Amino acid sequence: MAENITNKDIVKEENLVYKKTDLLTDKALSYCPGCGHGTAHRLVMEVVEELEAQDKTVGIAPVGCSVLAYEFMDIDMQQAAHGRAPALATAIKRLYPEKYVFTYQGDGDLAAIGTAETIHACNRGENITIIFVNNGIYGMTGGQMAPTTLPGMRSSTSPYGREVASMGNPLKITELVAQLPGTYYVTRQAVHTPAAVRKAKKAIKKAFENQKLNKGLSFIEIVSNCNSGWKMTPNQANQWMVDNMFPFYELGDIKVPEE
Amino acid sequence: MKELRLMKGNEAIAEAAIRAGVDGYFGYPITPQSEVLEYLMLEKPEERTGMVVLQAESEVAAINMVYGGAGAGKMVMTSSSSPGISLKQEGITYIAGAELPCLILNVVRGGPGLGTIQPAQSDYFQSVKGGGHGDYKLIVLAPASVQEMYDFVELSFDLAFKYRNPALILSDGAIGQMMEKVEIGEQKKRLTDAEVKERCPWATTGKDANRERNIITSLDLDPNKQELFNHKLQDKYKEIEEKEVRFEEIQTEDAEYLFVAYGTSSRICQKSVQLARAKGLKVGLLRPITLFPFPSKRLAELSKQVKGILSVEMSAGQMIEDIKLAVNCNVPVEHFGRMGGIIPSPGEVVEALEQKF
Amino acid sequence: MAKVKGSIVVDIEKCKGCEVCVPACPTDVIQLAEEVNGKGYHYAYMANPDACIGCANCAIVCPDGVITVYKKKVDK
Repeated sequence: MAENITNKDIVKEENLVYKKTDLLTDKALSYCPGCGHGTAHRLVMEVVEELEAQDKTVGIAPVGCSVLAYEFMDIDMQQAAHGRAPALATAIKRLYPEKYVFTYQGDGDLAAIGTAETIHACNRGENITIIFVNNGIYGMTGGQMAPTTLPGMRSSTSPYGREVASMGNPLKITELVAQLPGTYYVTRQAVHTPAAVRKAKKAIKKAFENQKLNKGLSFIEIVSNCNSGWKMTPNQANQWMVDNMFPFYELGDIKVPEE
Repeated sequence: MKELRLMKGNEAIAEAAIRAGVDGYFGYPITPQSEVLEYLMLEKPEERTGMVVLQAESEVAAINMVYGGAGAGKMVMTSSSSPGISLKQEGITYIAGAELPCLILNVVRGGPGLGTIQPAQSDYFQSVKGGGHGDYKLIVLAPASVQEMYDFVELSFDLAFKYRNPALILSDGAIGQMMEKVEIGEQKKRLTDAEVKERCPWATTGKDANRERNIITSLDLDPNKQELFNHKLQDKYKEIEEKEVRFEEIQTEDAEYLFVAYGTSSRICQKSVQLARAKGLKVGLLRPITLFPFPSKRLAELSKQVKGILSVEMSAGQMIEDIKLAVNCNVPVEHFGRMGGIIPSPGEVVEALEQKF
Repeated sequence: MAKVKGSIVVDIEKCKGCEVCVPACPTDVIQLAEEVNGKGYHYAYMANPDACIGCANCAIVCPDGVITVYKKKVDK
């Protein structure tokens, strides 16, 4: 009888369905509760694990909330100056063409201060992967307006909402880099639901596999939440993201390689 | 047989980089150093040695490429001139903070701002006092000839890897552009990836099962650890000061007055010594080869022998501060310099000596 | 008829009580505990363990990777 089965009977090694990858360290993540960074970190590490590439992967951490990514990912990593991750990745990949090299960057890092490094790495078609986590805000410094902050969206430096006339428009840098001949695969994903997470992981895996095939740059945006910066609970923030971010930053592939 | 070539200083640096087995050069054009990148592109070092050469989108990107390559244990370098070196300061302080070896060449031009494309020595402070934010030092070498431009590439990398510290060759537009005879060294093999792993066990070469992951960062949010790290850096700089001072002396044995000059100024001062001695003035020259570490001890000794020291620099007087610190008021120290891209004449220097002492 | 029964183990001290796993669960197994962990977070737990089907949705969306999932086929 099923009713006689206790948790003890189920919780056994042979019944294991899912556990955190060993390529994430045991250190507690420094992110706020509910922050999508943790999930994104895990997906990247799951992909590296599946490719058996721990010894062949070098990651670049940015400046921003994920500055300490190297504390959580059990691979060799370098921490870049603000926005410069694609420059570091360029050199490392060119000096070690056989390695998987990725950057992990936020929207302030990648789409504001690092715009030049981003665009030129993309345009040169560097054979690397860029993971771009876009939560529409500078999270680490306390919720200031980012290049990706939506029109009307409040932040600590747009306390009455982003006024486009004086503060400029949000930058769809992902669509921008998709125009460049050097990008091979450009997609926008999310990690707020199980289905979204599964799709995002597929995209990340494809991006890493593209490196093996020497295809050029794969650019993966992950639209994410910042419940602290947005001043919401995590689930409210995810809903707000669905209602407000997704209509502007539409999910899905933007540039797919021709098979 | 020794191979001799007639080369520009900038070309000598580039050829030396290929021959020293440098793995990567990342640059951006700026006068008066663009020949470094041009020469490398022309020479196809990717075919000669497998060296990576890339024209970056900016000086900022170039130095951060150096940061990446250095973190991965490779011999990497960049070159620029004053305004471009200012842009590189962000990357340089990260590289110093992450304790990485690399080579930066500054072919100095006059400033401030866009200044001029003519030679100057007005980046002394920026080079020897840090340059970017935080308490750090570069190992700074000042070549006075095209031969030294060539020779200092390998020397810089030796020191940089020995101390895990960025090294800077502080040249100027005159030495970068002038042509001289250069003795070319043997072609050295680039290190294999396995040799890089052995030389740099700290580098991001890929975490294999038998070691912890390697992290290249300049960040430590724990102030106690950050202070400890700063002490470690200071200890390293002290060791460099004790062991790596290099300088040259010309006719100092009987000198009653002393010129102190590096790079192009030191070449001028060699002639000034001759002119002064022809007039009966017993003058010698001390040429610092390393600007950090500075030859302070030797200067302190000489300050007991001479009646006055003239610091000759193509600047408003920057190195003079280190000379004054070294001689500790034992003897008067004066400055003579030209600015804005003008090289002083040997006669001017002697006149200045006569006027000031 | 074969039936699947699942179970989750939450690393209580690392759970931040963000609640993202709660709506991700298709069978409403998970709630936040009345009690708190060492950091003061109301951690996730199986309020309705019998309903767990071991689908791993909760673990997949958990930003902190604190959920381990098991499942076992059982005969009815």
